Amino acid sequence: MDLFEYQAKRLFGAHGIPVKLGEVARTPDEARAAAERIGCPVVVKAQVLTGGRGKAGGVKLAATPDEAAEKARAILGLDIKGHTVKLVLVDPAVDIATEIYVAITLDRAARRALIMASAEGGMDIEQVAVEKPDAIVRVHIDPAVGLQPYQLRQLAFGIGLPAAHHAAFADLVTRLHNVFEAADATLAEVNPLILTTTGEMLALDGKVTVDASALYRQSALAADRYDGDLTDAERAARDAGLNYVDLDGSIGCLVNGAGLAMASMDVIKLFGGEPANFLDIGGGAQADKVEKALRIILADTRVKAVLINIFGGITRGDEVARGIVAALGNIATDVPFVVRIVGTNAEAAQTILADAKLHSGATLAEAAQKAVQLAAERGAA
Amino acid sequence: MSIYVDASSRVLVQGITGREGAFHTGHMVKSGTNVVAGVTPGKGGQALEGDLAGVPMFNTVRDAVKATGADVSCIFVPAKFAADAVLEAADAGIAVIVTITEGVPVHDMIRVTNSVRSRGITMIGPNCPGMITPGGAKVGIIPANICTPGPVGVVSRSGTLTYEVLHALTSRGIGQTTAVGIGGDPVQGTKFVDVLARFQADPATELIVMIGEIGGTDEEAAAAFVAANVTKPVVGFIAGQTAPPGKTMGHAGAIISGGKGTAAEKIRALQAAGIAVARHPDEIAEIVAGQLGR
Repeated sequence: MDLFEYQAKRLFGAHGIPVKLGEVARTPDEARAAAERIGCPVVVKAQVLTGGRGKAGGVKLAATPDEAAEKARAILGLDIKGHTVKLVLVDPAVDIATEIYVAITLDRAARRALIMASAEGGMDIEQVAVEKPDAIVRVHIDPAVGLQPYQLRQLAFGIGLPAAHHAAFADLVTRLHNVFEAADATLAEVNPLILTTTGEMLALDGKVTVDASALYRQSALAADRYDGDLTDAERAARDAGLNYVDLDGSIGCLVNGAGLAMASMDVIKLFGGEPANFLDIGGGAQADKVEKALRIILADTRVKAVLINIFGGITRGDEVARGIVAALGNIATDVPFVVRIVGTNAEAAQTILADAKLHSGATLAEAAQKAVQLAAERGAA
Repeated sequence: MSIYVDASSRVLVQGITGREGAFHTGHMVKSGTNVVAGVTPGKGGQALEGDLAGVPMFNTVRDAVKATGADVSCIFVPAKFAADAVLEAADAGIAVIVTITEGVPVHDMIRVTNSVRSRGITMIGPNCPGMITPGGAKVGIIPANICTPGPVGVVSRSGTLTYEVLHALTSRGIGQTTAVGIGGDPVQGTKFVDVLARFQADPATELIVMIGEIGGTDEEAAAAFVAANVTKPVVGFIAGQTAPPGKTMGHAGAIISGGKGTAAEKIRALQAAGIAVARHPDEIAEIVAGQLGR
């Protein structure tokens, strides 16, 4: 779960990291009022859960409250990499002398938290990693002993920070690590971390990703969860307890298990089709869940054919078959279904589906080819 | 031969009285696994029924190990108790800990995997189907009826996709030494390289099937390991070629982030290491059959 910049900086502030956090505005008028309260100049910043805001025109300086309103009007509604801007943050402007990068992330391969720092602040760190790999200083944290003072020194000296700022930097990184731990974060990034012209250290921008599996113990963050980037289908699927991702193709997919669901999409693509979605109904799904899943798939008018691929283990083939029959009885549709059910209770499933007008395939490849062909016959691009 | 577990394994189940735990332990018993104990705090001494009748119950893993000599644990406890359960098993001297539980916080797994691995304990999972040595022992939820003993070692980040492959192999009369599901989470107790090393050392394993997916760099690490250390033929598959970046595809670890972890990169790495990569799951068994001369 990604946090907006304003949420990340609020979290930073709560952990004692120096931030100058302004106010969030949903309209140009709110932005003007915020600028009046904060005092100009201000920076109006798009709040979207993606990077590259600056290049997309989502960050603008305003010298007066009226100008703040005008900039907010220009930014609100912008589309930045598929994310519509619905919120702006109005922050006090600061005079930047130096920009630094610091982040704590999960290093999956090392099974440890990794702190990365670079003097090349403000830049896209992935670009720095490619162009100047030596400009990034890395330290791993041993979970048994935690972050150590020598590691903070390695970072500070490693990025060539003047000695006068070492204490403030060590304090900030320690607090950022506290955020990483306390918020069950998989990323806590400050980019840029700045030194102002008066020598003050500030977290100017923040990015935090919280582990979705830990939301049960992060109730405050979970309550603030933003789902405005989800499609209606994705929201309905989430409410039904289904793992679903919207895609642009014409073949709806219903599969049990994430790996098999991805593989089924890949096979569709291999035979010249395009999947309309990723859908994992999970283990042990009952008939009603299957019916709900089919409702979500069929609500997408781009879907020209449906591929159902079930390998029964915990999931029982007969339950899935009952769900298909219920869906066909309750939803008016002429979209053809290709159904392949193997494994637990597959024979019972065949009996239940005997009278339904369905297509089938013995193997996944055969079933996917059939679905691609049916979709093409019905005018899929 | 096999890796990790065999007919002599003495298996304990943590969370044996839960819905999932009871159901799957029943299947473990029915497939001939030597289930020697169950642990549910507060239910020590209770009698179990049905397929589990006769399996003694204990309050703690320490008590269970003392009384039964259990050396393998299978964990079905809810996600918020999973880290504690793994550490309890490790503390009690269990050598192989298999965690089926899905949705365990990643920070818990950073602490736990570092701790148990530093003690030389094998931990499989979390968020995995476990493993099976056909005809020997099943620890987890992989259906036994789609497996048969034979020369192929299987390692995978997936569940049902692995079942597809096991079913296809078995249907062609190609059996398995052991099939290991290492799980779909970002931080796992066991990675591909650990399992590949075991299969390479196992004289009964003639060929290895490796099923990866998008996210992380474990497949790339596995490819480098194969190139340097594995003399047996390896057949690979990577799921998620059509997955969009930035979206979690069901498994918590299956996400392309910052342009890293794509299927294309992983397929390139496998091929560069001399691994035959199947274009779709059905093709895995075809390639294996060809390589084994069946």
